[in-house]
Amino acid sequence: MLNGTTAELVERKALRINPAKTCQPIGAMYAALGIHGCMPHSHGSQGCCSYHRSHLTRHFKEPVMATTSSFTEGSSVFGGMANLTQAFKNIFTIYNPEIVAVHTTCLSEVIGDDIPTIIKKSIEDGSIPAGKIAIHANTPSFVGSHVTGFSNMVMAMVNYLSEKTGTTLNQVNVIPGFVEPADMREIKRIAAAMSANIVMFPDTSNVLDGPLTGQYKMYPEGGATVAQIKSAGDSIATVALGHFASHVAAATLESKCNVPAAFLELPIGVGATDRFISTLANYAGVEVGPAIELERGRLVDLMSDLHQYFHGKRVAVAGDPDQVIAITQFLVELEMKPVYCITGSPGNQFEKRMHEILDGPVPEAKIKQTADLFELHQWMKNEPVDLLIGNTYGKHIARTENVPFVRFGFPILDRTGHRFFPTVGYMGAVNLINQMINVLLDKKDRECDEEWFELVQ
Amino acid sequence: MSDLSTTPPEGYDSEGYPIPTATQPDSEAMRAEMLKIYPQKTRRKREKQLLTNNPETPPEIGANTRTIPGIITQRGCTYAGCRGVVIGPIHDILHITHGPVGCSYYSWLTRRNLARPKPDQPINFLQYCMTTDMQEEDIVFGGEKKLAAAIREAYAMFKPKAIAVYSTCPVGLIGDDVHAVCRQAKAELGINIFGFSCEGYKGVSQSAGHHIANNGVFKHMVGLNDEPDKEKFRINVLGEYNIGGDAWEIDTVLKKCGIHVTATLSGDISYEQITKCHTADLNVVLCHRSINYMAEMMETKFGVPWIKANFTGAEQTSKSLRKIGKYFDDKQLIDRIEEVIAQEMAALKPVQEEMRKRLQGKTAAMFVGGSRAHHYQHLFKDVGMLTVAAGYEFAHRDDYEGRKVLPTIKIDADSRNIEEIEVEADPKRFVPRKTPEQLEALKAGGFNFKDYDGMMVEMKKSTLVIDDISHHEMEKLIELYKPDIICSGIKDKFVIEKLGVPCKQLHSYDYGGPYTAYTGAANFYKELDRMINTKVWKLITPSWKKPADPTIAMGKGIDSPTNKTIREVVAGMAKAWKPQKSAPASSAEG
Repeated sequence: MLNGTTAELVERKALRINPAKTCQPIGAMYAALGIHGCMPHSHGSQGCCSYHRSHLTRHFKEPVMATTSSFTEGSSVFGGMANLTQAFKNIFTIYNPEIVAVHTTCLSEVIGDDIPTIIKKSIEDGSIPAGKIAIHANTPSFVGSHVTGFSNMVMAMVNYLSEKTGTTLNQVNVIPGFVEPADMREIKRIAAAMSANIVMFPDTSNVLDGPLTGQYKMYPEGGATVAQIKSAGDSIATVALGHFASHVAAATLESKCNVPAAFLELPIGVGATDRFISTLANYAGVEVGPAIELERGRLVDLMSDLHQYFHGKRVAVAGDPDQVIAITQFLVELEMKPVYCITGSPGNQFEKRMHEILDGPVPEAKIKQTADLFELHQWMKNEPVDLLIGNTYGKHIARTENVPFVRFGFPILDRTGHRFFPTVGYMGAVNLINQMINVLLDKKDRECDEEWFELVQ
Repeated sequence: MSDLSTTPPEGYDSEGYPIPTATQPDSEAMRAEMLKIYPQKTRRKREKQLLTNNPETPPEIGANTRTIPGIITQRGCTYAGCRGVVIGPIHDILHITHGPVGCSYYSWLTRRNLARPKPDQPINFLQYCMTTDMQEEDIVFGGEKKLAAAIREAYAMFKPKAIAVYSTCPVGLIGDDVHAVCRQAKAELGINIFGFSCEGYKGVSQSAGHHIANNGVFKHMVGLNDEPDKEKFRINVLGEYNIGGDAWEIDTVLKKCGIHVTATLSGDISYEQITKCHTADLNVVLCHRSINYMAEMMETKFGVPWIKANFTGAEQTSKSLRKIGKYFDDKQLIDRIEEVIAQEMAALKPVQEEMRKRLQGKTAAMFVGGSRAHHYQHLFKDVGMLTVAAGYEFAHRDDYEGRKVLPTIKIDADSRNIEEIEVEADPKRFVPRKTPEQLEALKAGGFNFKDYDGMMVEMKKSTLVIDDISHHEMEKLIELYKPDIICSGIKDKFVIEKLGVPCKQLHSYDYGGPYTAYTGAANFYKELDRMINTKVWKLITPSWKKPADPTIAMGKGIDSPTNKTIREVVAGMAKAWKPQKSAPASSAEG
């Protein structure tokens, strides 16, 4: 397996091998699914929409609805206005959403289609009926990554929908980042446990983790409503989780509606969750309370119980920048050694922040943005690790190098837990510890000499 | 149906179709119901693609036409058809996608075209996703230099025997000359390097990509090695992509019969096999849609004739084997084929009978690909299930109505921009495989070449034929027909299952398979039984919403039967502690 990968490091300037990122539109599509009653629309060739829906479905094992402008060669030459106008008419007639969230593709970006003008004309000619809404985000695939696409669509929600009426509402906005429905559900649970009143957008819980009822709802119960996103302009503050996925939208809301933003990281592990909880409590004007403190205490108890198994273990982490930044801090809290940390996404903030985290405890760590899994694997061949953390695409490396592997991030195409168990918050950290300890001890139990095969660990 | 005996077995009608247990609705009325929501322009288009079937005179279907913008479609793009389907499975050449990162990412190991690298093969390239990962500056200033550099880097690191390059949408728009870059790289590096202009916006579906791939494989690979395999009865299996190991299953049966496969295009195939596949005696076409171009070109240039066959379904497999035997007209081979069929059917029959008992009278609908929606109907028929609605995602009229309509198919703007390459008989290498007398004898015996009659002639009258089905039509179909199972793809699967109908993915096989030939048929029957007869769907409604459910009374009321029974079982064990009289102080300290 992966027999073409050798330890010999060669500088590459043009060839990407086994990417650790994908393109903007899929992130925009995912974000749009977090608006209640929304139909995501892909303005480009059919294939983009098909690929994105397929990949999101493989990850969530749930219906993922989206429409496409179905470009042909003609539209590529003459522009996609006719396609998008006709699409609006069909979508609102046949599928009747409250809102359509358009994202572009490399094709429509290269042509230079002016989406706001097309939306304006479609409202005028009735293709977008009165009372219905269309928003858009520019998501060229040749810039940034899927995380950028997510960020751009969340920014579009603010730009199109959020309004300041002048009356401040007793609520705090939470922009959760490119995380699982399970994580969004957990953030809402934490806020409710603290009696903090939050508005979260996007929110894909109850959209992409629906029950089996014998009914199919094209627009499930979940999702932030347009009214909620609108009201975000009147909130006390915004707590934005993750630099790459959420900060731009929070800053946009700050400048558009003067809602102050707290720019935080994903609440993964003790410290980052502490910061999220105290910030939320502070802005919402509530006490953290004993229920949350109890959860925190149980997490720290577990960390001390299992400290011996984690201490000093070398870890390779690959994933999206917000996720890698957050989980690396947790690994450091566990006194593990995250020696290789990469993201496929570009962005200097990643390397800057990662050095702040690792230069002290793990000075030998290799940190790289715009990297790929091929290079990470080469590093592992030069000096192995005890644990690999990454999305499903890491499984070939894990098998080749016989390294325990924890699936974390997007996409996870071959396992189920991410749909149900969060990784954010104190309970999310317990889930991560559970997964890590199991793969580490399973390997030991499978491979150790018989005399060291222990009943009790 | 033509291939069934004249006296139908129990559960089948006089034409050989299984009789459904449930009454089927009137298809004309259902068709109108499905179409009524559409705006006028959209309805006019969909009317031509949603038909009630007439097997005797198949109606003209508006296949291979544009999907209407805004419709939720199953279809993908040209790149997916070219790189993903036809060429993707070649595992010993290096593949580079020229474009932004997404297209390569989504086509990386997602299609289940399984491969067993040869023992001496250094690298299985299917495990690698390679791309030029174009950035904004490449779009602005052109990506040719980056592509040339990427090819050099790939060659230096992996030393492949060949490199294939695939264009994505922006490449065509900015005008990168991929073919020129490939030609230069080929001259510089001395290995076979070739490009495909398979930009996603070309054509109306994946189908354009299949055609472009066929052209490229034919131009750049087929015919490079004239050394035939030494075995007798050499065939190529065309249009078989080894999803879930299907090609291996077909290989196994053919080998038992003594038929040698030079190349399977393109399931689990090596570069070398493609280069010499023109030396085979016969091309056997399975997926007509994706590869008929190749069959035609190989016949014109090298004289390899082609027949349509199908190894999906037990009867179809036997029929196809006999047809190959008839072509070679060799007594020993024909006898051996009959022996194999007898052996295989003896093993399969009990499974088929058992599964038929559990599945007879159930109904199915299928919307997939360019051949499976047809071929799989035979598997359903094997176990007494009727296909009440079927359609392809990206097929053309000939796949529905049969090749007889080919001369009448209009070439529209979307088809015109797909290259038709001019092929002529090779002056040295064209070898007719049969003499005119042999051909005449075959014809007299009812043997036909290039014989694809399409899906419609084999579907029951008044069943629905739906090309490029939309999400709305799928939902309506479930509401109106309530089929017992639907075969579709990943994008529909969970919609269908939310509605309480099992959905079998016929692209990825839900990570199961193989389903071809005899062992595969048994696998599929059992899979149908598992899916249709599972009790999981019965768990949807909780007992408190089913007043008649006996469990609703369980535990209710102090004297309910369950409570009484348990009380008797634990009666001897339950001892309530009597309160102690005040104990002496000394024992309390004790």
